[in-house]
Amino acid sequence: MTLAVRVRRALGTHWYAWTMVAPVVLVIGVIIGYPLVRGVFLSLTDANEANVERNIGVNHLPATYKFTGLDNYRAVLSDGVFWDRLGWTVLWTVACVSLTFLVGLTLANMLNRTLRGRTFYRLALILPWAIPAFISVFTWRMLYNEKNGILNKLLAGGGIDAVPWLNDPTWAKLSVIAVNVWLGVPFMLVALLGGLQSIPGELYEAAEMDGASAWQRFRHITVPGLRAVSSTVILLSTIWTFNMFPVIFLLTRGGPGDATEILVTYAYRLSFIDSPRNFSESAAWGVLILVLLSVVAVVYRRALRKQGEVW
Amino acid sequence: MRRGIRGATATALVAGLALAATACGGGDGGSGGDSGGELSGTVTFWDTSNDAEKATYRKLAEGFQKEHPKVHVKYVNVPFGDANAKFKNAAGGNSGAPDVMRTEVAWVADFANLGYLAPLDGTPALDKTDDYLPQAVGSTKFKGKTYAAPQVIDTLGLFYNKKLLKDAGVEVPKSFAELATAAKKIKAKTGATALYLRGDDPYWFLPYLYGEGGDMVDARDKVVEIDDGAGVKAFKTIKSLVDSKAAVTDATDGQENQLKALKDGTVAMAVDGPWDIEGARAGKAFKDKKNLGVAPVPGGSTAQGSPQGGWNLSVYAGSKNLQASYAFVKYMSSAKVQQQTNEKLSLLPTRKSVYEVPAVKSNEMVQFFKPAVDGAVQRPWIAEGNSLFEPVKVQMNKVLTGAASPEQAAKATGDAYRKLLKDYK
Repeated sequence: MTLAVRVRRALGTHWYAWTMVAPVVLVIGVIIGYPLVRGVFLSLTDANEANVERNIGVNHLPATYKFTGLDNYRAVLSDGVFWDRLGWTVLWTVACVSLTFLVGLTLANMLNRTLRGRTFYRLALILPWAIPAFISVFTWRMLYNEKNGILNKLLAGGGIDAVPWLNDPTWAKLSVIAVNVWLGVPFMLVALLGGLQSIPGELYEAAEMDGASAWQRFRHITVPGLRAVSSTVILLSTIWTFNMFPVIFLLTRGGPGDATEILVTYAYRLSFIDSPRNFSESAAWGVLILVLLSVVAVVYRRALRKQGEVW
Repeated sequence: MRRGIRGATATALVAGLALAATACGGGDGGSGGDSGGELSGTVTFWDTSNDAEKATYRKLAEGFQKEHPKVHVKYVNVPFGDANAKFKNAAGGNSGAPDVMRTEVAWVADFANLGYLAPLDGTPALDKTDDYLPQAVGSTKFKGKTYAAPQVIDTLGLFYNKKLLKDAGVEVPKSFAELATAAKKIKAKTGATALYLRGDDPYWFLPYLYGEGGDMVDARDKVVEIDDGAGVKAFKTIKSLVDSKAAVTDATDGQENQLKALKDGTVAMAVDGPWDIEGARAGKAFKDKKNLGVAPVPGGSTAQGSPQGGWNLSVYAGSKNLQASYAFVKYMSSAKVQQQTNEKLSLLPTRKSVYEVPAVKSNEMVQFFKPAVDGAVQRPWIAEGNSLFEPVKVQMNKVLTGAASPEQAAKATGDAYRKLLKDYK
């Protein structure tokens, strides 16, 4: 069967499906595909704010940047800054994801039983999710204010010296992680609670009859029962946290110094704070981040598949 | 949150990968302009003044409509921190940029270099240019053309709480060394900390640098200067002030924290500019307005100096209403409006003639700040001028938190400058 025939047959059989997905494909192509291709292209040039094509009213300034091959990548990868930022970004991602997952799992288990006021607790715990991220981050920033924030006022009441929440490199790292965990727990909680509720109760009853302890039930029923859900949420959470721009940027702007600067906030710095804005190097950082995350996702999927997961 | 993240991830992807994809057309702004000699249409003005100032500026800006009834002034207040990026996004994307922009002195060369500003030479925007203070004109020029009209001029001064210094029995310090000595007395007698040190904003680093006879770069000879001895000494000074508890600092929210500390009387002194005069006087420590004193910024070991700053008015090159915009700039920079600004906000005029007006002459803040401005240090007015601050900020934070030594910080700043300024030594 030739290709043309095959295509014709596929279209003939599935024309309705193709028509239905066309709008989505189009929209994704415009909002993801085009920027992606454009970004990869820019990362291979020396484009910056001063040499890209611009229209200032009626004046037209043509583009004057040129193709430079892999120069940007060479420059980024041979610069210590990239590796420093990568180290902290990995640490930040691992810390945030593991803490978020553990806290979410604990809370989900606590709420997966009948207790008085369960609806209230569930609602209260989902609240951080319902508030727009930037509002909660700004609130946290006010709480963290070393001189006038509520946290230090409370500590002062207990006779404890003011903590430099965002003014000390180590504290700032802990503070941003704490905020991100606070923001991320509701998602974990909801996802894992859903997973828990899909585990049949009979399994627990049978195990109890057999004399399994609470820990054994958790270890051998809950954990395997949650595997499908948890592997998905961990991967998603890793990707989100790796690129968690708003928390870092709004809390510390990457400071103090560059203590909390992750890869995406540094890419932002290149393309929005420096002048002229360095589009090409920033794009190179963006592509490298994408490659890193793709590799992580592929490796993770492989590892899961080996364990018998099917997605 | 997660919705937020997804949005942010998309934004990061879109922003990080396709920055130039924003070149969509459009743009609002009234048509019109110079129909039969009378100006008409809309002039959008982006003002960057702070909360204490903005009501006055809105009134002044809208006063233009009295002189030109057919022109509508659309006043938009854009917070200082976002204004630079916002203007660049709008101007570069040719969509939504204002007709007239209040440009910080370090922004003019940057914007002009990118082609965003209309040259004003020979237009009505520049009126009686001989009347401008010579130092105010410096920042309006780039490569031989004029891209702005000076609006206000300023420099940093040492704001002090007269009562606290009197209670402690100390004189107003003339150098940072004197300040450090006085700090112990101030703490012992009044409980207040001597100084709030802006560790979050690199602009405040300049007095320490100038005090050691240093500078960021030498634009004429194209040499990076910050990593020579003076830069190291300046980093050492801020470090020892904070370490010895003569000063308190923050890595974030310095503007709010400094003003609050000064207003509440928890610090005796702060380095600040005329834009915070009104804000400071609103505090409980300055119920008696006379309690706020202003003195020259303390010196370092070899010199004394504070940076000259201020604001200019520029016209967007893509404005659809250039004639009315020129007239608006002329109006906002006129002697009359400058005098009104001074009366209401104590901000410093950029015209010599305004300083001759008795009401301005007798203004206490003018009496202090005018000589200070005359002696202020001009910065290199180069396209990258504004970018020189970010590396200082990062290193200043590092020095104050002990993450880097003053020597390492000076060197790292110099290296960052050489990356930005490719042809500098």
